[in-house]
Amino acid sequence: MNAVVTHEFSGAPLGTPVYELTHVSKTYARNLVVALEDINLTLRKGSFTSVIGSSGCGKSTLLKIMAGLIPPTKGRVILQGQPVTGTRRDIGMMFQQATLFPWKTAVENIVLPIEIRDGKAAAKQAMAKAHELLDIVGLQGFENVYPNELSGGMAQRASICRMLITEPAVLLMDEPFSALDELSRDMMNMELQRICREQDATAFLVTHSIQEAVILSDEIVVLKPRPGRIAEIVEVDLPRPRTLDMMTTPKFGAIVDYIRSLLDKGEEM
Amino acid sequence: MSEVQNYSPSVKDAAPSEDTVWEQKVHFIDSVPRWLAMTFVFVVFVGTWQIVTSLRLVSPIILPTPMETLKDMIFVGQNLLTGGYMLGALWITIKEVIYGFALAIAIGFSLGVLVGETAFGEKAVMPYLVSIDTMPKVAFAPLFVAWLGFGIESKVALAAFIATFPIVVGTAAGLHAADENARMLFKTMGASRMQTLIKMKLPTGLPQIFTGLKIGAVGVMAGAITGEFLGGGKGFGELIRVAASQLNTPRVFSLILYLSLVGLAVFATVVWTQRKLVFWHKEQVGGDDF
Repeated sequence: MNAVVTHEFSGAPLGTPVYELTHVSKTYARNLVVALEDINLTLRKGSFTSVIGSSGCGKSTLLKIMAGLIPPTKGRVILQGQPVTGTRRDIGMMFQQATLFPWKTAVENIVLPIEIRDGKAAAKQAMAKAHELLDIVGLQGFENVYPNELSGGMAQRASICRMLITEPAVLLMDEPFSALDELSRDMMNMELQRICREQDATAFLVTHSIQEAVILSDEIVVLKPRPGRIAEIVEVDLPRPRTLDMMTTPKFGAIVDYIRSLLDKGEEM
Repeated sequence: MSEVQNYSPSVKDAAPSEDTVWEQKVHFIDSVPRWLAMTFVFVVFVGTWQIVTSLRLVSPIILPTPMETLKDMIFVGQNLLTGGYMLGALWITIKEVIYGFALAIAIGFSLGVLVGETAFGEKAVMPYLVSIDTMPKVAFAPLFVAWLGFGIESKVALAAFIATFPIVVGTAAGLHAADENARMLFKTMGASRMQTLIKMKLPTGLPQIFTGLKIGAVGVMAGAITGEFLGGGKGFGELIRVAASQLNTPRVFSLILYLSLVGLAVFATVVWTQRKLVFWHKEQVGGDDF
């Protein structure tokens, strides 16, 4: 069993548990690779948690297990009091690519989860809400535009709307802005923060970027590789709302350095 | 609005100003308009043909002059326009092509979904399809005639038989075209297998499906005419066979040219449908210009 150290830069007030992972492990049967070992993690209502680690440390595997896309080999995943035994409708997901379907307009892409869940009539009724979401992410006027006419950042904003349209209890994001340039990425991170606060969303982000993790998160789960284990859960106590200016403060720099040292240590192991 | 990509392949770059020291140069041969380029190739082709026949490099029995062919085309055209016997023959061939293509689409699409969507189809059916596809399909013509007779049915069967395989392959490939993220996204939305197939995999695979349909559209005409050559009947293929046996080469040429219009119409219908349905694919919006 790995000792999980929680390093607090200060105690942030957190809500009731939403996600609970207990002793979660994953071994891929084909080549007996242990991707994750004994992961214990609790996400609280309204919190923003990031998971960071080097390539191949099991970040995406962890996200897929939480989303109910693949089963763990051992352990339990509980979401809102119910065990996760497959995909769930109270989970919203976002990937590295916007994955908008090019034959549908922006607004049709956004209401797609409703169309799949409740049919075309319900999707039509959800159009008004989709318009509101487009307003929130600054895409008003682009409702009937096809994805190939949107920039990478705009497409990701539309995919945020699609994730939010069903009002999921948790948002799971797999490096959603890593394909964007740095300026767009910073801007999108601020938007994501604002949306999460407005919707009181519980968010879980997989990222490679320490800065991104620190500016967004209440907690950062640092994974060490081979097999993927939690090295430490770092609580981030920068005041909210976070601003890009904070990235130049000594406190931000100290947290980034601390996490980098943890990642370096993990690599040496 | 500033983030909208104001991209259009038809918009040309503005002319460089006087102080521009480096500009894009286009070779004059690439700047020729399409209609002029096509006319040029046509004139060169007919000119070469005329020279070869005028100099008697090839016997006129084997290769008629362009003028003889044109005269015969006018004769065949008049016969078709006045509702002569050739129109009836053409109509029979058109029916063989349409029925054959419809059958090929129905069978090819169904088998493509079976092979592309189910592990059973991929494991148990695909190996047989590949084996049949490697056989010379025209060799089946006598069998179709024996089974279905000398009427239109045997030609429809051969046409469909030839056109089915590219549609199977195109459909199966199309169903595998969706990327991992799209599949995961549909899974997280709680989509059923049927919803995933209809709302995601099939639309994503349309470009590949249409590639199969285009290859099939070419094959269906070959199948119908081969069927008529080998199994008789009353279509255009039979007229060609008779004209060839009489060494009436101008007639053979003109019948082939009219037949090519039918093939072109089938192909153009597929392309038109593709443009309407797959408007979002980069091939359809000028992405290939780069």
